Amino acid sequence: MTAILMTLAFVVATLGITAWASRRSTGASSFFAAGRNITAWQNGLAVAGDYMSAASFLGITGLIAYYGYDGFLYSVGFLVAYLTVLLVVAEPLRNTGKYTMADVLAFRLSPRPVRAIASLSTLTISGLYMIAQMVGAGAMVSLLMRDTGIDFSMSVVSVGLLMTVYVVFGGMLATTWVQIVKAILLMAGVILLSVMVMSQFGYSFGALFEAATQVGYTENGAAVQRDFLQPGLYYKPPYGPLNLISLSMALILGTAGLPHILVRFYTVPDAPTARKSVVWAMGIIGVFYLLTTLLGLGAALLVGRDTIATQGGINMSAPLLADAVGGELFLAFIAAVTFATILAVVAGLTISASTSVAHDFYSNVVRAGKQTTPREEVTVARITAVAMGAGAVGLAILIGPSANVAFLVGLAFAVAASANLPVIVLSLFWRRFNTVGAVSGMGVGLLASIVLIGISPSFMGADAWFPLENPGIVSIPAGFLAAVIGTLLSRDTEAEKLYTELLVRANTGLGAEKATSH
Amino acid sequence: MATPRPDWEGMASSPAFQDLLRSKIRFIGVATVFFLTYYFALPILSGYWPDLMGRKVLGEFSLAYVFAFSQFPMAWIVAAIYLRVAAKFDRQAAAVVREYGPDSVVRGGTAAHADDLLTGESSQ
Repeated sequence: MTAILMTLAFVVATLGITAWASRRSTGASSFFAAGRNITAWQNGLAVAGDYMSAASFLGITGLIAYYGYDGFLYSVGFLVAYLTVLLVVAEPLRNTGKYTMADVLAFRLSPRPVRAIASLSTLTISGLYMIAQMVGAGAMVSLLMRDTGIDFSMSVVSVGLLMTVYVVFGGMLATTWVQIVKAILLMAGVILLSVMVMSQFGYSFGALFEAATQVGYTENGAAVQRDFLQPGLYYKPPYGPLNLISLSMALILGTAGLPHILVRFYTVPDAPTARKSVVWAMGIIGVFYLLTTLLGLGAALLVGRDTIATQGGINMSAPLLADAVGGELFLAFIAAVTFATILAVVAGLTISASTSVAHDFYSNVVRAGKQTTPREEVTVARITAVAMGAGAVGLAILIGPSANVAFLVGLAFAVAASANLPVIVLSLFWRRFNTVGAVSGMGVGLLASIVLIGISPSFMGADAWFPLENPGIVSIPAGFLAAVIGTLLSRDTEAEKLYTELLVRANTGLGAEKATSH
Repeated sequence: MATPRPDWEGMASSPAFQDLLRSKIRFIGVATVFFLTYYFALPILSGYWPDLMGRKVLGEFSLAYVFAFSQFPMAWIVAAIYLRVAAKFDRQAAAVVREYGPDSVVRGGTAAHADDLLTGESSQ
């Protein structure tokens, strides 16, 4: 009951933010980019909030609770990935684009094909990411409402409804503020939970980690004891090590290709602010991911893998830990925070996907060459948000609550790293790069990653055609290679000439989109 | 809204801009190679040499865990260094704009290909 009340309080507060934002939201720049008036620390929190999704919180805690050190490797990759964003992508993107990732590509390539395929990859990545969040939401609510009539499907539907409301009425300004509120709540929840875990070990890290060297659970019917600080519990030979490297590539290169993270850099006034906001985000995200170690090992020791497995599965390790150390009230608080996280992240994903459909696909492909009004774009975005909400709800119900949500998100990273990152990097750093290269790079990257996921052990079981769970190690080079070969097969002197302008703009900020004054 | 087309080629070939670009690419190149090497060493060593990485080095801490934790300060330090260096890049960029960029240019989209950037409110 308490959990429901706390969740409702968050929902009411965020709907208030949405109402406020919809009154302030005037015009397309405001709907899609929050008027470019967000400050560095605010954007840092919003980026961190987008990133610290339920998949991270529930998924990584679960993986560490099951596999110790090997699960923690997700945390490391998720943080270090921000160096790619900081050093390579954030500033040039802010300086040369307007609303979406495709703006940077369309700057000197022919807009129609490039935007069409960029829109497709944005939809795919946001969709995969969103399904992971929805699965987390469903599992969470089913755990809380065991005794009431609300089940997995119903909770997925309610998340879908709420996030559509945020996006349709509040736009980017509302989702940014919902994200900021949620980031603060989640950090508070995780810090509190960590302190309570530590209290069980006399506030001694030594005691916790010493206990973690002997974690007992049942494996194949036999009781075993494992050292959770040792590598190799999950990534076992023959394919484990390669799978781990593949995952690492997807994480480190995928973040800089995630559409819902990239659009956040359009909400700040200029490139230096974008840069500072990445550093803010890295501070917050780093602390969060460091703490996942305490939560994961805490769950392994205080709840135990066997209990987790029977009481809701790997994704429920963190909530079960909250119940174990803080009782029902604390579980309610953590559940409300998790639910808030899911709502906020799903809203962020929806806005980036619908922005891409409105701006890239509708304005520049469907209505190419004709005048579209900003009002029209906003309307298309709203319709897309509703359609996406419905689609993701359906798919999440179809997949069901059992898959690990951090793993599902890892797949979205692989698609982003294969389809988006190669063409973003090449268009910024290679004068010769052209439209054929961009289209073939994105097409091959997208296709390769999706097909390889389809024939991986996660979908085909033990005798899958492709032995690795994460396709990154094959699909990322494939994306790069296709982009390079496509480029070399054709020549676009116009694009090469425009590179000079891109270079000056990207590095000086001259001509970049300005903030609107309120 | 007709703004005079800035002399992009002139700016691009100016010594001040070339200087900025060179130092920027050098820094970003070195930093990227460094952090990618430092990062990928972790999954490669953990995956293929679990016995070596499982060795206890700090009390109960395995080498693997110590190395994994060290990635966090590594990322923060690289980011902090970049923040300092980039402040210098900002000053250089501002100097380039002052010297070569026409003051009248406040909005982008004057290039032939960039009309799609103008579909929003900035064209009205």
